Amino acid sequence: MAGDLFNLAYQFLVNVSFLMLAAMGLIIVLGMLNIINLAHGEFIMMGAYTATLSVHAGVPFVVAVVLATIVVGMIGAIVELLIVRRFYANKLNALVATFGLSLILSQGTLLLFGPYLRGVSMPLGGFRVGQFSYATYLLVVAGLAFVLIFALWLLFYRTRLGVDMRATMQNPDMARALGVNTSRIYTFSFALGAALAGLTGALYAPTTTIVPLFGTAFIAPAFITVVIGGGANPLIGALASSSLLSVVSTPLSSQYGTFAGRIGLMLAALVIMRFLPDGLSYYLQAALLRRRKARPESSR
Amino acid sequence: MSSPDHAVVSTGRLAQSPHNVFQRLGIDGPLTIFGGPIYWSLFALILIAVVLFPLYGSTFAALNFTNFLINAPVALGLALLWGYCGVLSFGQVAFFGIAGYAYGVMAINWGLGLGTLLAAAGALGLTSLVAAAFGYFLFYGRVSSWIIPVLTLVLTLVLETFLGQTAGLEWRIGQAQLGGFNGMTNIPSLTLGSLTFNGYSLPLFYLVVALIAVILIGLRVLANSHFGHVVMAIQEDAERTELLGYDIRRYQLVVFTIAGFLAGLSGVLYATWGNFIQPSSVGLLAATLPVLWVAIGGRRSLSSVLIGTIALSALSDALAVYSGDLAFVVMGALLLFGMMAAPDGIVITILRSLAKLLVRRPL
Repeated sequence: MAGDLFNLAYQFLVNVSFLMLAAMGLIIVLGMLNIINLAHGEFIMMGAYTATLSVHAGVPFVVAVVLATIVVGMIGAIVELLIVRRFYANKLNALVATFGLSLILSQGTLLLFGPYLRGVSMPLGGFRVGQFSYATYLLVVAGLAFVLIFALWLLFYRTRLGVDMRATMQNPDMARALGVNTSRIYTFSFALGAALAGLTGALYAPTTTIVPLFGTAFIAPAFITVVIGGGANPLIGALASSSLLSVVSTPLSSQYGTFAGRIGLMLAALVIMRFLPDGLSYYLQAALLRRRKARPESSR
Repeated sequence: MSSPDHAVVSTGRLAQSPHNVFQRLGIDGPLTIFGGPIYWSLFALILIAVVLFPLYGSTFAALNFTNFLINAPVALGLALLWGYCGVLSFGQVAFFGIAGYAYGVMAINWGLGLGTLLAAAGALGLTSLVAAAFGYFLFYGRVSSWIIPVLTLVLTLVLETFLGQTAGLEWRIGQAQLGGFNGMTNIPSLTLGSLTFNGYSLPLFYLVVALIAVILIGLRVLANSHFGHVVMAIQEDAERTELLGYDIRRYQLVVFTIAGFLAGLSGVLYATWGNFIQPSSVGLLAATLPVLWVAIGGRRSLSSVLIGTIALSALSDALAVYSGDLAFVVMGALLLFGMMAAPDGIVITILRSLAKLLVRRPL
């Protein structure tokens, strides 16, 4: 009984952290720049490739993960400067352009590196509870996901840069008038989103085979998480929607397999959207603001 | 019709007296960019040239050409949806696939002759129904415009995953085996009396050419009708259109369903052309193609989309001889640089400048 409970909790944690990591970069780009980056899956793939190739070159895994984050973040900055910034006026065109980019990146990788790359073995081994055995690594990744949310919270709410970012998000014209270099903020935000994608790819590289379509396993869940979360508040959105979606998909996928979990995700997304079209974060944010207004002395 | 109609009519085409025969027929108007005597003479010339093609070209080339032409209905449907209604969908291949598989299942079970016609009708009906149901959630949920491309892409990915895992014997509908990654094979071709519409003979070529001509003219009539004006108004300013008393959700849903139906038509034609359908025709790479054709062609002009679709299909076919991956890199690069240099579409930009050279005022 306790073993079953642990099993469910473990699956739930692993699912939540997967959705959170897959969607985090995407949701920050959506919240800050108001565009959907369809090359997000390819950024994740590049993170996995960078990490794997570095490990093959003899770099320790932890360093390889950091390296992948930095490399993909820099690629993101370049992509924003060269391509994405031309499309801020037209969201749908931005979507199509990043889509073209994703084609070039995934098929280019296929041309350059071939159909697959020798993988990396999963570090840290496993442990047993009751009749099931578990991978310690996935628990560490789950822990990292929550640490990451906390770090992003610190960035957004406890640093000058975070204040500038939130100001740009709320009212770019006013922020510019007050001396915020919004164009640099946009570049930084897109690079941050890309870096988070690179980190995700690197972290999940040991769990599966490294192929040019590595990112496709992430994009459907990531998009659903982002659509349900909404861009009004990236942190709340990512947390709330990945938890909610995991509540739906964990029992389904442990009972009927991954595919049932996917279908469950899709159906849950359609139903939630029918009733909360602006995303969870919009409603949670509004509720939060109402509470603060009711007790003005407690607000910061 | 209720009173709001007059609001659009007074600013639209019907207020001015139609000043040429094409506008009176409804096939020309302010909402189709190219038109007039020169356009329709070219249209007739090209149509005649295509119809007579098997006489002066090889049959093999005509059959290969059929393969490209099959892509036109799905592309024209997306042009209506994206260019006129402002709704971008990455899910057209999902409807393509649903129709292809549905046609396969029904045709295998109901057999040759009349059975294949019923199967085609059934597949198109089912696809339209699925498109309408999915569209209901999108438009009646009033999701924002950027969510629709994302959700339709997810629909495609989920469908591909589903079809990919149907390899087992339990995935059998009547006598039809879904077949997992290998897809469904031995789908009977459409037959009508003694005519068989398959990939080895000319009847399918003529059927597809006729269908495309009908669809192109039909969509032009639709675009220039009252309905088309409302759809265009929704793209220009959804809120204002709604304040004028139109239920914009209904218009969007109808356009989405038409686009789904046209994608389904391509799917049925594909299944009857090659006698097979496989999950990769629903996959991520396949999903890119209609968007590529329409974006590079020029989503506001049906003729440009038609030209773009055929040209790009031929180009990727030629490149695929060297390497399939290279074909997609080139397509991606065309899309990316097209969006940056000619956001309206490459083909339409070329056609516009040609028209300016020829007629001095736009055609």
